[in-house]
Amino acid sequence: MAQKRKPKVAVWKFASCDGCQLSLLDCEDELLAIVEAIQIAYFPEATRAVVRGPYDLSLVEGSITTPHDAERIHQVRRSSKFLVTIGACATAGGIQALRNFKNVHEFVAGVYATPSYIETLAKSTAIADHIFVDFQLRGCPINKHQLLEVISAYLNGRKPNIPTYSVCMECKQKGLVCGLVTHGPPCLGPVTQAGCGALCPSYHRGCFGCFGPKETPNPSSLSEWWLKNGMKRDDLVRLYRSFNAYADPFRKESEAHEK
Amino acid sequence: MERLEIHDLSALFSVLKQDGYQIIGPTVRESAIVCERIQSVDELPAGVTDIQRPASYRLAERHDNALFGHRLGPQSWKRYLYPPRLQLFQAARTEKGITISPPTNGGAGDLPKYAFVGVRPCELSAIGIQDMVFARGTYVDPHYSAVRARIIVIAVNCTDPGETCFCASMKTGPQTESGYDLALTEVISAGSHLFVAQSGSDVGKELLARLKAAPASAEEIQRAEDLLDRASEKMGRSVDTYRLPELLHANIDHPQWDELDERCLSCGNCTQVCPTCFCSTVEDVTNLDGTEAGRWRKWDSCFTLEFSYIHGGCVRATTKSRYRQWMTHKLASWVDQFGTFGCVGCGRCITWCPVGIDITEEARAIRAQSTLLSTSSKGEM
Repeated sequence: MAQKRKPKVAVWKFASCDGCQLSLLDCEDELLAIVEAIQIAYFPEATRAVVRGPYDLSLVEGSITTPHDAERIHQVRRSSKFLVTIGACATAGGIQALRNFKNVHEFVAGVYATPSYIETLAKSTAIADHIFVDFQLRGCPINKHQLLEVISAYLNGRKPNIPTYSVCMECKQKGLVCGLVTHGPPCLGPVTQAGCGALCPSYHRGCFGCFGPKETPNPSSLSEWWLKNGMKRDDLVRLYRSFNAYADPFRKESEAHEK
Repeated sequence: MERLEIHDLSALFSVLKQDGYQIIGPTVRESAIVCERIQSVDELPAGVTDIQRPASYRLAERHDNALFGHRLGPQSWKRYLYPPRLQLFQAARTEKGITISPPTNGGAGDLPKYAFVGVRPCELSAIGIQDMVFARGTYVDPHYSAVRARIIVIAVNCTDPGETCFCASMKTGPQTESGYDLALTEVISAGSHLFVAQSGSDVGKELLARLKAAPASAEEIQRAEDLLDRASEKMGRSVDTYRLPELLHANIDHPQWDELDERCLSCGNCTQVCPTCFCSTVEDVTNLDGTEAGRWRKWDSCFTLEFSYIHGGCVRATTKSRYRQWMTHKLASWVDQFGTFGCVGCGRCITWCPVGIDITEEARAIRAQSTLLSTSSKGEM
């Protein structure tokens, strides 16, 4: 095979905890194969060396929370041929989007000694609210195998195998006993997108919804069932308000049950 | 008919293991009775049963120490015959070109030999239906057929069906008629705990001979028959199958589908637990440098968007259309396609639906509000 130029890959950070970028560094067994196939051109979390853009593939982590970042994301888009958002912050605004339900200026006044130093936006928003995104990889954090799958699909010019169906599909295929039906803790699996390999149900926990709403989700039916079976509205609100609180279907559902 | 006592069942397990079979049978795992690999009769759920309702499953105690006094577990035997994920082939790119080779996990030499212990009549019917889909006709599934040809089926008749069971109306139970090597009926009375055994194949006959099983007495056979006669009455649900395919086909615009659109989560649980659902998708995977690739078959579901995605979009975009597709396939178009219902009345889709959607209730609602065939008679299909 002819030696091809290695695609230049950049990893960008916006408002986030860095956990999703770390998923790339967590690919310990595959790291050598990865750097064999791509050139890490910009990845401050891993190296200070910077190769100038434009970049073939950009992985974008984090949400937009400041006026500065709202500008910067356009620069990132301009210097990227194919842009993939990674993680709940980038795809839905993240846990920090909980502030979207309140007045952020009250937080700023309550937390900081000199609130006037803080320049922040009223809402934490997903990257796709600001720019065109080529592919979104869900999760809090993203799943390392899914990240490898997206990179591999990109490199081989094929469609990534990233299902948008429910966590239940993964759970059943794994042969787990459903916790919802056997009266375990509340589980968002039926309304949440697969991708984690049914991680929490594997450890007898309900799904926390880290991968955000699945395709055509129906949270209101699930809520109605829970209310009928004794769940409190406050608890429903808390269930939907976590890492993907501001993803539309989850946001609407929590707002429907507020106070 | 022969009689087997518990120690004979242990001997049966030993014989099966000697012959190289992996025994798959019911056992308590965490919060449910599941069908998994077991080694001994001690692992069977003695004295444990389950109470099943729409979207609810709870284990409960039995006081008779019955080994098969439970109902169906969360998943069927399908996962053994038709695994959730299976490699179809693999490919490698070298300087000489591309080579395609058989899957690493599907060679005939390393196929498992399963002895299914505790297959219920409805489940056996479901296996028969999947045989029709995978193992007959022009296109035979090689993996399914190879695993299927090697199994031994020890069926157990149902003397204590549950609330979500409706095999009697689908005519698949509670007593099995064919397709087994051995069929057992558990008979418990004061001071005795035995199984009336019927062989259904040469393999079954030979097993009974090797166990030196004694013939069952007329009284024991009668007790087993009485139990099975009463079993149908204990079934919590039923479906009126009178001209059912015609009824559903005539009601594709019935308002009940809109009602289902509001309740159904399109999570796909019903299809994953259904013992006859056979839909799959195919995924191609590659390594990073594109030197190795593989094609995998994975369970899919008519409740996913991608399942009906063709050029231009998803054919069944609404949840209503997906539920309707599934239910009318099970109870109507399956009959056109394969000559039987695609539903065996196991009730799993009712128990394991997270919001308790009940296919029998939906069928009833459609019949009740239909201008067509609203009066049912107890006639044949």
